[in-house]
Amino acid sequence: MDVGIVSYGAYVPKYRIKPEEIGRIWGVDGKGMGKGLMINQKSVPSPDEDVVTIATEAARGMMARVPEVNPKDIGAIYVGSESHPYAVKPTSTIVAEAIEATPAMTAADLEFACKAGTAGIQACMGLVGSGMVKYGVAIGADTSQGAPGDALEYSASAGGAAYLIGSEKIIAKINKTLSFTTDTPDFWRREGQPYPKHGGRFTGEPAYFRHITSAAKMMLDAMGTKPEDYNYAVFHQPNGKFPSRVAAQLGFTPEQIEYGLLTPNIGNTYSGAVPLGLANVLDHAKPGDRIFVTSYGSGAGSDAFDITVTDEIAKYKRENAPLLEKVMENVIYLDYGLYAKFKGKIVMPE
Amino acid sequence: MSGVAREWREIPGRYNLKGTKCANCGKIFFPARSFCPICRRASMGKMEEYDVCRKGKVFTFSVVHEAPESNNLQKPYVVAMIQTDDGVMITAQLVDVEVDKVEIGMPVRAVLRKLDTDGESGVIRYGYKFVPAE
Amino acid sequence: MREVAIIGTGVTKFGELWNKSFRSLGIEAGMKAIEDANLSGNEIDGLFIGNLSAGRFINQQHIDALVADYSGMATNHIPATRVEAGGASGGVAFRQGVMAVASGMHDIVMVGGAEKMTDLDDSSINAIMDSTADSEWEAEMGATFASLHAMIAQRMIYEGTATREEIASVAVNSHFHGAFNPNAQFKKAVPIETVLRSGPVATPLGMFDTAPISDGAASVILCPLEDAKKYTDSYVKVSACAQSSDTLALFQRPDITSYGATRCAAKKAYKAAGITAQDISVAEVHDVYSVGGIMALQDLGFYAKGEAGKAMLDGQCHYDSGKVAINTSGGLKARGHPIGATGVAQIVEIAQQLTGKADNRQVKDAKYGLAQNVGGMGSAVTVTIMEAI
Repeated sequence: MDVGIVSYGAYVPKYRIKPEEIGRIWGVDGKGMGKGLMINQKSVPSPDEDVVTIATEAARGMMARVPEVNPKDIGAIYVGSESHPYAVKPTSTIVAEAIEATPAMTAADLEFACKAGTAGIQACMGLVGSGMVKYGVAIGADTSQGAPGDALEYSASAGGAAYLIGSEKIIAKINKTLSFTTDTPDFWRREGQPYPKHGGRFTGEPAYFRHITSAAKMMLDAMGTKPEDYNYAVFHQPNGKFPSRVAAQLGFTPEQIEYGLLTPNIGNTYSGAVPLGLANVLDHAKPGDRIFVTSYGSGAGSDAFDITVTDEIAKYKRENAPLLEKVMENVIYLDYGLYAKFKGKIVMPE
Repeated sequence: MSGVAREWREIPGRYNLKGTKCANCGKIFFPARSFCPICRRASMGKMEEYDVCRKGKVFTFSVVHEAPESNNLQKPYVVAMIQTDDGVMITAQLVDVEVDKVEIGMPVRAVLRKLDTDGESGVIRYGYKFVPAE
Repeated sequence: MREVAIIGTGVTKFGELWNKSFRSLGIEAGMKAIEDANLSGNEIDGLFIGNLSAGRFINQQHIDALVADYSGMATNHIPATRVEAGGASGGVAFRQGVMAVASGMHDIVMVGGAEKMTDLDDSSINAIMDSTADSEWEAEMGATFASLHAMIAQRMIYEGTATREEIASVAVNSHFHGAFNPNAQFKKAVPIETVLRSGPVATPLGMFDTAPISDGAASVILCPLEDAKKYTDSYVKVSACAQSSDTLALFQRPDITSYGATRCAAKKAYKAAGITAQDISVAEVHDVYSVGGIMALQDLGFYAKGEAGKAMLDGQCHYDSGKVAINTSGGLKARGHPIGATGVAQIVEIAQQLTGKADNRQVKDAKYGLAQNVGGMGSAVTVTIMEAI
């Protein structure tokens, strides 16, 4: 049977901070850092937001667009993140309760650095395609922490997107998915540690670039396609530079990746990055559009998807939730002090 | 550390604004009531689950400067009484808004946010807050 | 049903009384009342205590036993009852005492109100106050007790019922009178600018719109009116003692700028006493927040809606204004607000006014006085009317 996206929802918090403001505190040319990373600003979660609330907001938008879908028909939910609020106690059950999908369903939290969300989509595809569930929900969301004074502080941001995977009234058919996975220690965080560590330049060629290009080439091979066969391409985007470079390496044009590249304006939303990029593409997609997606998660792996937008999208009630462009309007800028307070970096009294 | 059952019991109201409607007189109640205070005995067994509308307008508000410890990170914060589109009044925080831009009559909608946490190791409490709507 | 008189009153200083424990405060007020009533203490056959939260403030439950014990009445094994109704604990305890005597089940009853608040830190104290509103659906949503009153004030200003200055003038009036009360926590008059410029608590209300945290106790002795002369020549009649309830949460009411419970209790009280609002010369009203004073003046029928603020701002509530004097004790704002004690302290002030014992804040020729005590957000209200004999 055909399996694909029945609905999607996306959310980014309202607060932003600019790289020049971060650089000001650390005695660094923040503006230059931003230019180098191709990041103008990044999103910051409010103190009362976390992966649960972000995932819920995205999932509720997703459900609002398909009012005819009964949430009780959702058979599975997976929330992928590297900043789940609990180490033990799943985010996914709270989100499931908040969209009234419980109790006859399965759920679990996933972690695979920045590709936990797309891994969740793959899991749902399996459950739907095998006839085990009618609908599955896969969410990628993060409120990632960048260590103070570290390069990642300029990019680590917050946001998430949710996908309803099913086989009926699909608005975007997932023609194929495949992955390229190895044990590559480019970026990690030990249990109990507040901030991740990374291998510096090792995170480039042997990690991000190797896995994305390998998975992408495997996909183009499997589908017998070339980059020009696609209208849009979405790549994982830890900054604005890497996806632009890998796109060029693979033969995709800047125009193809434009809608799917959000990091310059919201920072790296980690598990939310590719799901959000794809959501922005879907906000603008028309029937027949073909979309090429390759995520990347440190540790390491890439999930590739070949997607064709269906005619069903013309009937899809996208207007029942705000477009991502609208969600990202009217932002509130923070100074570093407020940023540190919001992100819990200040040692508070007992 | 406080008990967890108390908050768990209130999830339908806290996450999903579940109220009740008296089938006898049609009045809607939030939080949910098992007994209509108007119809009393005539309402027994006739209270139905009701999804309170998540959109409304600010009826009155206040900017809280002296906050309980649990809200220290967000003060000053706005608390408001919101009248939902189906005529139900709810008291909640108003967030993602600049405190001096809040006005009576502002349209708002409900979202799920963290209310507070039970210290560093206790549970996290989630519930409704409101944000400006178009 | 018998008519009831107040034959003795006693009250401690209110304030941050570091040297006084809950026990010592309760005893002090009780002893004063017993002396004032010319009793030995042996005659008392029933005890009612208004106390909000000794369980949380001083980790002591069973306040009935504690007070009976330390006031020397437990040796007589008299019945003792502790009453809690938010900020109206004192007023409701008083009404229980009145009913006990009026019904004929008791002949001499002591009613006390006491609270020891300052043994706890500010944050915990505020949390206890917050819990007199709807804990689950107001306090836990971030609506502090102060912000609930502030939302009332905000709406009142929006509807044109009172201006910010008029609301603030309730505190000015309370401080004006506090300066004449040696037992008041704050004995200094303040200009309205001080109130308007004070640090914000919850807009539009600030520090000076807010009653303080206090320790203190008050006590009265009740007996049948026909027996009062046996004990003292200085007594007052309780002409009415009405009590009303309302929803726990403010947001469950159709109108938030008026307390239906006050209007209802006032109506019942005026009817029982056979008088109208115009007959009241002096009144103690519940200004835990200044806005409460404006609401009280309107809900008790002293002023029409929209007029109370003007009168208050204009100084027409002073003890010597010739109009109904409001909060000659200093009110909750200046006299202080040890929560369980307040309702009884209000009764003490009115009794002292009606027996000519109000020193240099005496209202001339006061015949009828009224005390309004409020619990939570108007969820419990007592209105007591007393008559000079």
